[in-house]
Amino acid sequence: MDGFVRVPVREQDAKERAKNFKEVCLGYNKEEAENEATRCLNCPNPKCVAGCPVSIDIPGFIQKVKEGNVEEAYQVISKSSALPAVCGRVCPQESQCEGKCVRGIKGDPVSIGKLERYVADTAREMGIKPEGAKEKKGKKVAVIGSGPSGLTCAGDLAKMGYDVTIFEALHEAGGVLVYGIPEFRLPKDAVVKKEIENVKSLGVKLETDVVIGKSVTIDELMEKEGFEAVFIGSGAGLPRFMNIPGEQAMGVFSANEYLTRSNLMKAFDENSTTPIMRAKKCVVVGGGNVAMDAARTALRLGAEVHVVYRRGEEELPARKEEVHHAKEEGIIFDLLTNPVEIHADENGWVKSITCIRMELGEPDESGRRSPVEIPGSEFEIECDAVIMSLGTSPNPLISSTTEGLEVNRRKCIVAEEANGQTSKKGVFAGGDAVTGAATVILAMGAGKAAAKGIDEYLSK
Amino acid sequence: MFKILEARELTTNIFQMIVEAPRVAGSCLPGQFLIIRVNEDGERIPLTICDYDREKGTVEIVVQAIGAETYKLSKLKAGDELADVVGPLGKPSDLVEEDIEELKKKKIVFIAGGVGTAPVYPQAKWLKEHGVDCDVIIGAKNKDLVILEDRFKEVCNLHITTDDGSYGRSGMVTVALQDLWNEGHKYDHCVAIGPMIMMKFVCKLTKELGIPTIVSMNPIMVDGTGMCGACRLTVGGEVKFACVDGPEFDGHKVDFDQAMNRMKLYKTEEGRLMLKAQEGDTHHGGCGNCE
Ligand SMILES: Cc1cc2nc3c(=O)[nH]c(=O)nc-3n(C[C@H](O)[C@H](O)[C@H](O)COP(=O)(O)OP(=O)(O)OC[C@H]3O[C@@H](n4cnc5c(N)ncnc54)[C@H](O)[C@@H]3O)c2cc1C
Ligand SMILES: Cc1cc2nc3c(=O)[nH]c(=O)nc-3n(C[C@H](O)[C@H](O)[C@H](O)COP(=O)(O)OP(=O)(O)OC[C@H]3O[C@@H](n4cnc5c(N)ncnc54)[C@H](O)[C@@H]3O)c2cc1C
Ligand code: SF4
Ligand code: SF4
Ligand code: FES
Repeated sequence: MDGFVRVPVREQDAKERAKNFKEVCLGYNKEEAENEATRCLNCPNPKCVAGCPVSIDIPGFIQKVKEGNVEEAYQVISKSSALPAVCGRVCPQESQCEGKCVRGIKGDPVSIGKLERYVADTAREMGIKPEGAKEKKGKKVAVIGSGPSGLTCAGDLAKMGYDVTIFEALHEAGGVLVYGIPEFRLPKDAVVKKEIENVKSLGVKLETDVVIGKSVTIDELMEKEGFEAVFIGSGAGLPRFMNIPGEQAMGVFSANEYLTRSNLMKAFDENSTTPIMRAKKCVVVGGGNVAMDAARTALRLGAEVHVVYRRGEEELPARKEEVHHAKEEGIIFDLLTNPVEIHADENGWVKSITCIRMELGEPDESGRRSPVEIPGSEFEIECDAVIMSLGTSPNPLISSTTEGLEVNRRKCIVAEEANGQTSKKGVFAGGDAVTGAATVILAMGAGKAAAKGIDEYLSK
Repeated sequence: MFKILEARELTTNIFQMIVEAPRVAGSCLPGQFLIIRVNEDGERIPLTICDYDREKGTVEIVVQAIGAETYKLSKLKAGDELADVVGPLGKPSDLVEEDIEELKKKKIVFIAGGVGTAPVYPQAKWLKEHGVDCDVIIGAKNKDLVILEDRFKEVCNLHITTDDGSYGRSGMVTVALQDLWNEGHKYDHCVAIGPMIMMKFVCKLTKELGIPTIVSMNPIMVDGTGMCGACRLTVGGEVKFACVDGPEFDGHKVDFDQAMNRMKLYKTEEGRLMLKAQEGDTHHGGCGNCE
């Protein structure tokens, strides 16, 4: 092995993990990490950095890992990212940093994500924290939403000395990181909560149970509560349904409901009082990360699971690693297939779903080949639950209650990419609320840009 | 944490509480609800806001102990704290947005059933404060289960009916409405709040009588902000989320049978959890089959 192959990462056995909610990937230990780090060529013009939406100094931190200096490696990453333990686990590395790594031209790219995770996890175990502000600015900023974009924006502003309060609608902070992404991919107590505590240790205040637009409006925050600027990081939480017959039957859920019950409300835990349906045979509709998470959750709760997706394997939008893990665990993929109708039994419970086979047509303007139905190819899959994971769009609660806040056709808030400025003075936005459902790291990048934008605005 | 200032049992299994929740009290209107969690690992339970005091920053809830979480809630006393109170959620009642002079011309009747009596109170009170008269029909199984009678008397023309005739009129609320109609009360607006089955039959009658009717739907909910879709209903052939599009809807358009069916979703699972909450971890089902 002369550097073409990455150091393999230890994982829980597929048969074993299909029955539990413990983390699938066990991560590198010190020796493995230092070995993998030696594969980095420390390129003078590192392509990997260009692939990372927050431009982490990747060769910089990897050199520190090689030297065995985790503390300094952590400080290098912290300059660009507030949630490295999260990103190391959930970034679609194959299309970002690792996708650009020169090592990948001949052989495996450097395992940047796994190294980042190693650094963040080790730093946490050692009790290393990001550095706070030295001087206070005496100005109040409100951050709406505690997902990756809000946490990053709040953390950066606090480091600059602003007095920041995060307002969160749910009873717990973290956004999709706590209610969407399951425990087996992103441990809540060990990882997410600790990263949120880091942000709080910078002096950020957190008020949960506040729905902006209902409990209080943005205008009231600015006029009555003395906030001089507001960042909106409210995500894209509204689920879509297919509007096919039978969708109201009992046993049809949105992935959001199913995952929220399991993750946020802890239904996966035997001791929780939250009810969740433990299906025998479950059909998950969709092919993104959300679909993979719903499918693997249903599997762990005891179901045989079929993923029904209208395009082919190549087009699955989920991270490669998740698809690979899902297959290993025994999830069945019915590709080039689309649901047309859900059937209920005489008591109103789902009993089957009719699907139709698809083929890929000519590429459209965007270059994507759109699926078309093959007439007469309908067939039925028996099942007792259907989970719709068709994507989400931004919640209009905020835009509909804030005077002068422009949204586009897709109900996304219009904001400048460079600094997050919206059409309303003093109000900034970023993350899924602006782009529609995207990724953790893009949301963080937007939170960062907006923190800079807010600082410039308030320093004028 | 949100402090409970007062807690009392109104009648068997129905409890009234006043809770400190300044943000909710500061902005809520009649028709809206809130979501509470009793403790750190509790479920989120939606409850209608039954009264509020903006000055004191308090809200009033009236809750019927029917399952694991509401049972836990009913055991709390003044001085205890709730882990979470979030709101106000949902849209305020249409009435509070209508022109007052128009409202004064209308003959309005509220029909309240069981614990649904409580959510009617803030609406009747609001109308009274704005100089609008209304009738309220409260329906209960028997005399002991009639709640909030004195407070209602101050704000409306009250008609009480009991299923067994032990108090007020005799029979279901639909009988009372038909009788009042026959006695010359020609209502032109109805609001019905109570068990789904009651609202369904009230709507059937008001449709015949030609009275536009608003109902307040209480499906299973999780977040209450439009995020999960658990609360979806079919209204006039369209899918609506009760937590953001409602909870009030045109009762003549709601698909009640479907909504009632969806309520059964977690029934068996819930039954198991409730026994556990009442009997603790030692619960063994009581079926006699286990060791
Ligand atoms: C199941 C699932 C799996 C995913 N997997 C991956 C993955 O593997 N890799 C990846 O990169 N990305 C993944 N994503 C996408 C990623 O999680 C999101 O792009 C990212 O979380 C967006 O961050 P955000 O800060 O914009 O919003 P969110 O994380 O959605 O956070 C928004 C927060 O705002 C709160 N909020 C909303 N409205 C209000 C209001 N009115 N008042 C107060 N608070 C409000 C919400 O409750 C929420 O906590 C996944 C998403 C899901 C749902
Ligand atoms: C908008 C709204 C307003 C409400 N206002 C009030 C109120 O003011 N006072 C009050 O006492 N209750 C109210 N409810 C009902 C209340 O939320 C439920 O009774 C409560 O969630 C049940 O929780 P549990 O854990 O105790 O019972 P569970 O253990 O969850 O359920 C026990 C039984 O009740 C059924 N059930 C579950 N959810 C509901 C529901 N939403 N409504 C009726 N039955 C249900 C279950 O199918 C089960 O059979 C309201 C519900 C909604 C959606
Ligand atoms: S943040 Fe994501 S894209 Fe950037 S280096 Fe880390 S894993 Fe790669
Ligand atoms: S491109 Fe690959 S080899 Fe080059 S610096 Fe980045 S990680 Fe190292
Ligand atoms: S309760 Fe989740 S969408 Fe209404």
